[in-house]
Amino acid sequence: MDDFDYVAEILKGSPLAMARVMTWLENEDERARSCMEKIYPHTGNAYVLGITGSPGTGKSTLTDGVTWQLRNKELTVGIVAVDPSSPFTGGALLGDRIRMTRHSADPGVFMRSMATRGYLGGLAQFTRGAVKVLDAGGKDFVIIETVGVGQDEVDVMRVADTTCVVLVPGLGDVIQSMKAGIMEIADIYVINKYDRPGADQLFAEVQFRVDQDASIKDRAWVPPVIATVAVEGKGEDDLLEAITAHRTYLEQSGRLLEKRRNRINEETLQMIHHELFRIIRERLTKDSRIEQMVEEIMNHKLNPYNVVEKVVNEWLPASRLK
Amino acid sequence: MAEKKIKIIVAKPGLDGHDRGAKLLSRIFAEAGMEVVYTGLRQTPEMIVEAALQEDADVVGLSSLSGVHNYFFPKVVELLKAKKLSNVLVVGGGIIPLEDIPTLKKAGIAEIFGPGTPTDTIVGFIKANVKSK
Repeated sequence: MDDFDYVAEILKGSPLAMARVMTWLENEDERARSCMEKIYPHTGNAYVLGITGSPGTGKSTLTDGVTWQLRNKELTVGIVAVDPSSPFTGGALLGDRIRMTRHSADPGVFMRSMATRGYLGGLAQFTRGAVKVLDAGGKDFVIIETVGVGQDEVDVMRVADTTCVVLVPGLGDVIQSMKAGIMEIADIYVINKYDRPGADQLFAEVQFRVDQDASIKDRAWVPPVIATVAVEGKGEDDLLEAITAHRTYLEQSGRLLEKRRNRINEETLQMIHHELFRIIRERLTKDSRIEQMVEEIMNHKLNPYNVVEKVVNEWLPASRLK
Repeated sequence: MAEKKIKIIVAKPGLDGHDRGAKLLSRIFAEAGMEVVYTGLRQTPEMIVEAALQEDADVVGLSSLSGVHNYFFPKVVELLKAKKLSNVLVVGGGIIPLEDIPTLKKAGIAEIFGPGTPTDTIVGFIKANVKSK
């Protein structure tokens, strides 16, 4: 496969090429970088939807439902579904495909499972990269399904154009819905499992928060609250309508460009951070200097603060100029 | 370069309602440090191969208890080849009569693990035979 032109194949939408480059990204294989550089100019066309919420709220089933709705409109869909890696073994059980089997033979849908590999924030480190691959591969929509999140895993809003926060009845009282973190990032709230007891109350509580938000600060976009029963496909058309409305708002207000500009800013800084860290870690571990430093810190000859300064000054001479 | 993980699809082809074994093996593979994509029951060979393609799997593990292995297992291998995925290691397990094993191996299934196989044997076989990409 050495003569296989991955870039050209990705741009043609080849699943084989997209899948392999995603693996390279995940493995930090150096072959990923030149591919990503070349496909980058072809990104920015897909609309990116994020679906987040606690474990078991129905994110996968909703992703499946929204995909179904989009396919009915003849739009192509890429999905990146993230599940956690074990902190003990590094292994992972990626179970999101089970909810999406009806799309598994549809060439208009590409679905990739991704393990977090220790990365926090609700996504895997290279979820962004995988989204770009799908975008360059010509998918009209890319849906990111986060790991089951708690209160503070909000990275998805930094990658998605529209973020849906999925809630279900029975998880907490009105105070939970007033807290910061995940409850703040929704462009759309989805109350799933609406056939369960307590759904109406949850709907009212979330609506109450939305109203509070609106009275605290003027907002151009007021997040709608959508009721769904994902396993029965109920409410999915309402959800797609809300997504479309949010997209229209972003596009017409100029917020979409602003969002994407912020994203590039943040992402570029993050990539620089990651690359610098990678280089320094590699050098420190290669000649076991890090072990020596740890010993000296243990013996109180050094401390982490002067070690940082030492390392940074050694490899980034420019920082001395400040 | 980050540590590579073995990615394995665990699938049950055909009409077969029992997936305790497949679920347990999925756990065992994850415990062994692999990234396991569990596709669930009632998969067609086309669905399994599409999953292997999109997930860029290293291994496909097929489980069958209903006697459909002679058709489904070779079909999966054949479709993998057609999708240029001949590097994917295919292993099988479940209720497979001993006399069927030579034919299945000839068709490209690398190994068949029957009931009672120590799980270390299965994990060890996969780790020893997986191909790099």
